[in-house]
Amino acid sequence: MIRLFSNDGPRSTILALILIAIGLALAFAPFLFPGVRALETAARICIFVVLAASYDLLLGYTGIVSFAHTMFFGLGAYGVALASTHMGRGFAALGVGTLAGLAAAVALALVIGLFSLRVRAIFFAMITLAVASAVTVLASQLSAITGGEDGLVYQIPRALGPAMRLDLEIAGVTITGKILNYYLVFAISLVLFLLMLRIVNSPFGRVLQAIRENDFRAEAIGYRVVRYRVTATCLSAGFAALAGSLWAIWLRYVGPGTTLSFEIMLDILLMVVIGGMGTIWGAALGATLMVLAQSYLQNLMALAAGATEALPILSRLLDPDRWLLWLGVLFILSVYFFPTGIVGRLRARAAR
Amino acid sequence: MSVQSEGAPAHRPTFAALSPRDKLAKSAPFLLLPVLALVGLALIGTWPTWLTLTVSGLAMGMMIFVMASGLTLVFGLMDVINFGHGAFISVGAFVGISVLAGLGDWTGAASLALNMAAVLAAVIAAMAVTGALGWGFERVLVRPVYGAHLRQILVTVGGLIVIEQMIHVVWGPDEIFLTRPEMLKGVTLFAGAAIETYRLLAVAVGLVLFVTMRLVLRRTKIGLIVRAGVQNGEMVEALGYRLRLVFVGTFVAGSALAGLGGVMWSLYQEVITAGMGEEMMILVFVVVIIGGLGSIEGAFIGALMVGLLQNYVAFLAPKLALVSNIGLMTAILMWRPEGMLPVVRAK
Repeated sequence: MIRLFSNDGPRSTILALILIAIGLALAFAPFLFPGVRALETAARICIFVVLAASYDLLLGYTGIVSFAHTMFFGLGAYGVALASTHMGRGFAALGVGTLAGLAAAVALALVIGLFSLRVRAIFFAMITLAVASAVTVLASQLSAITGGEDGLVYQIPRALGPAMRLDLEIAGVTITGKILNYYLVFAISLVLFLLMLRIVNSPFGRVLQAIRENDFRAEAIGYRVVRYRVTATCLSAGFAALAGSLWAIWLRYVGPGTTLSFEIMLDILLMVVIGGMGTIWGAALGATLMVLAQSYLQNLMALAAGATEALPILSRLLDPDRWLLWLGVLFILSVYFFPTGIVGRLRARAAR
Repeated sequence: MSVQSEGAPAHRPTFAALSPRDKLAKSAPFLLLPVLALVGLALIGTWPTWLTLTVSGLAMGMMIFVMASGLTLVFGLMDVINFGHGAFISVGAFVGISVLAGLGDWTGAASLALNMAAVLAAVIAAMAVTGALGWGFERVLVRPVYGAHLRQILVTVGGLIVIEQMIHVVWGPDEIFLTRPEMLKGVTLFAGAAIETYRLLAVAVGLVLFVTMRLVLRRTKIGLIVRAGVQNGEMVEALGYRLRLVFVGTFVAGSALAGLGGVMWSLYQEVITAGMGEEMMILVFVVVIIGGLGSIEGAFIGALMVGLLQNYVAFLAPKLALVSNIGLMTAILMWRPEGMLPVVRAK
């Protein structure tokens, strides 16, 4: 088991219990939590765990801030969507789309990395922001190709759709294509997650951490910092694109709002920061918490806003549309007072 | 060798004249603008169209410069990159437009003096609010994270979001449409080209600001300290100047300028949204990067280039306008990876 986790276990009993609970809940989600909404949430968690972990590879392990992560996510998603639209439904389209999205994301990451990481790592944050916004604008303007703001709706293989029903009932739940689709998403996410855990605990990952701590010294020891940074960027982009492909396969819809928007970028940032930068486990925890909060807490806000309707400012502050306001506050507070995130805190407690 | 005797040293220091090549390399960024304008003229063909596009490009560039100047100086002085700068643009726009709306009698009157007074009042209010906000922002958010780029970026992005959302809370979620003051509407005919009056005003304001800023930076003591601080902050502090105070002053001034830029931009676009600052930040970053972080002149040239290019391309090939800035940035970074006029750091 520890080998599977690349000798980087949770290292805290509480954390281990939480993670086991999350893992089990995700593994048996279709049977534990019946209902469409719960399954949607579970799939979203799986995909965002991969996405957040791939971002952590960059932010937490290499110490580079990127604002283009949703762009890579979107490239993977649009790859599947475009292939499925033009090649017709089928697993071949999914495969071709995934590979094409992956290749595009890695190539773009390579170019951006070579341009911006050569001089100053801080350029990277600004350049990725500019490039990502240009791509978002392009995706919504080139409506002949991407479907514009409306996005693309396409068909995935029958075997993965809700209409397909197996004559099989487990624990009172009929197995449909949707559930098979969920397990596809779950299995690939799990593999990708373990792969990333392996990467950050490899010698390569150690060099990345060395660069994060002191790039000058890492260079002096003889590591080519730029090369490592660019490689990390490409890896992270590749994993993000794969997560995007899964997202497209699950949703059967791709649009700028669901893949490219800046709000998703913020979600990812928050997931990584709250969970704990520089720990892949933290990304898993952060993603789970954030997705759950998004799915269920926003309803709570609507209730609170309704209850405080008499108080003008408060009810406006509690409006569900102001969700981002509270995320922003939470974000600032956690960067200040919680820089190691939940995982960091729990590990520090366990180490005492 | 018998000529040298007593007195003058044998090795007379000589200043080698720069070779033409080096001279060209040094002044190349300044030459880019006229070259760009001429290429634009050649491609567009007709003089009035070109003039109209050029003026609107310059106007846009000036406004971007107003917004970018503070950001680049703040970075140069204290190595602080403020992703929340865009929030000040939005706040400035909303405050300014609220004041203008309150002064409806003045803006509606067909008198240039009254119109300008209203705009001036709006600008002063916007700059006061954004300046104060900048002061608070520096104190609360930026101060605890000096020297840590990663956390700086994260915290200032958080600040950007909170301020943007607070605009929604205060002014409501919808975009606000506005009309320019009476005398600033319409076009002026000049040399056969129709030019929007407001753009002329924007160009004038931008030019005055640039010249003032240069004068302050080159001719005053505070400017000297700022420039010295950008080059080698530790040395300036060692000489007994409290660079922190200078920095806070620069931060506040930069925020106020962002507010001014916000008012100018909203009068240009005639619509304001809470997200406008964030959108402008993209252009501001492009400008700051291609100009060279920390360089006022670089930001000026960069802003004008972005403005001109955007207008030319939008006319010549509308589809390409979306990516023209990224293309420009790529080209400049291939040519000079540190930007056109990087500030020389003594480190």
